[in-house]
Amino acid sequence: MMVPKIPLEKQVKKAVNGDEAVAYAVKQSLVDVVSAYPITPQTIIVEKFSEFVANGEVYTEFVPVESEHSAMSTVVGAAAAGARAFTATASQGLALMWEILHIASSLRLPIVLAVANRALSAPINIHCDHSDAMGMRDAGWVQLFVENTQEAYDTTIQAFRIAEHPEVHLPVAVNLDGFILSHTLEDIRMLPDEEVHKFLGGHRKVAKTYVDYLGKEVEIKLDPQNPISFGPLDLYDYYFEHKIPQVKAMEKAKDVVREIHDEWAELTGRRYGDGVLDPYEVEDADIIITVLGSTSGTVRNVVRQLRKEGVKIGVLRIRMFRPFPFDEVREALKGAKVVGVMDRAVSFGSFGPSYLEINTALYGVKNPPKLVNYVYGLGGRDTPPQLVRKMIDELRKVEEGEEVKKKLRFLGVRE
Amino acid sequence: MSKPRSEVKEPRGWKDLPTSALPYRLSTEYLTGGWRALRPVINYEKCVKCMLCWLYCPDFAITWDGEDVHVNYDYCKGCGICAYECPTKAIDMVPEGGEK
Repeated sequence: MMVPKIPLEKQVKKAVNGDEAVAYAVKQSLVDVVSAYPITPQTIIVEKFSEFVANGEVYTEFVPVESEHSAMSTVVGAAAAGARAFTATASQGLALMWEILHIASSLRLPIVLAVANRALSAPINIHCDHSDAMGMRDAGWVQLFVENTQEAYDTTIQAFRIAEHPEVHLPVAVNLDGFILSHTLEDIRMLPDEEVHKFLGGHRKVAKTYVDYLGKEVEIKLDPQNPISFGPLDLYDYYFEHKIPQVKAMEKAKDVVREIHDEWAELTGRRYGDGVLDPYEVEDADIIITVLGSTSGTVRNVVRQLRKEGVKIGVLRIRMFRPFPFDEVREALKGAKVVGVMDRAVSFGSFGPSYLEINTALYGVKNPPKLVNYVYGLGGRDTPPQLVRKMIDELRKVEEGEEVKKKLRFLGVRE
Repeated sequence: MSKPRSEVKEPRGWKDLPTSALPYRLSTEYLTGGWRALRPVINYEKCVKCMLCWLYCPDFAITWDGEDVHVNYDYCKGCGICAYECPTKAIDMVPEGGEK
């Protein structure tokens, strides 16, 4: 354990749930505009934040709107005007934001969005799964998944730095599991306000770009002194060219996520793997489980127990889903014999979303591990250690040579 | 990211565009008259300079020089609203590229 630059006794200890942790992080991040529409299990984030606004604890412009479509549109406008902007949502709310999500990323606006992951209707369900987040995986946003309340706080602050990095300049979504994290009280440590301000470099500094007709470099914002327009018509002549910088910015985001995670880790003493992947006992593992979000804690506990029993097993938590860290995942998994890929979402007519990525990452590897996809926890279905053990028992049979007849399996569902 | 225009070959590649979906030219330089299938032609014998065509044109493509109305073919998309509204039927919509 390294010694943090800000000693633990100077970090404020507070019992908060995941939503409140995000709200406190936003409070400390000198955010200019917050716009949101309430939806379970995200509600506490903006509810708590609106208290800060009402109490005069922040100077933020809080814009209550009539829908998530408007909430995302508002932060798009705010960010285009040069503001640091934040919103939060879940499930149907994220689905309603969908068309604006693409606009936010292709206008290269460094918005931060917290998603308290919740299943999509129908039937209506308020509990956790990742089907909402997976619906935005191709929207051009950086997507980070946190494991606990502390990480929700840490990652939200990091997200502003990642988003505003001049070589990234993309929106970032911070995903925390609905209820499991959003509504569960944990002790977390928060930095003093001024340390967060210092980490962020103060208020948002707008990146610059050269605009021909103005004959100079200008800030990428709506400014009457240097008038530019965001996103007017491109036909077949330039649309394609406008997409490639987005691809490149995403590629760059991987390094930036890592750099900023490291910088924050030096300050706080808290590390989540390398910021991209969070491995546990994978080096010599024959069986590796990959997982996103809070379930990784459960899996890690089971793995710890099995290690004591002499089973060579490990967990690879995927903290960053977009951009997907293909090379790093390949390096981490290529030595294993069997990989169990856990997905808290299903792509109907296909496999779980992370299975597709991991399969791609391992393509071309000599003697690749056998892959089994486990879809689990839909609609908040509990995933206790016994269930994880059941999955691992199956994977051990595969390791012993059992043929993988069913690659897509459902964990914890009744027949 | 983007370079001054004099140094850049047109049409540009992605490396020479500004960050974000910003146009690098003004919209006035983006000529849209090529979209036109029908060209409005003003018959000045019939024109009574009532300016209704100028008023109705959705693209500000009818201009007034103090003497007469004219069509700015750089931007006119040939919608025909001017011809439809003209009270003296002084505007004919003529197919582009055709003989008649």
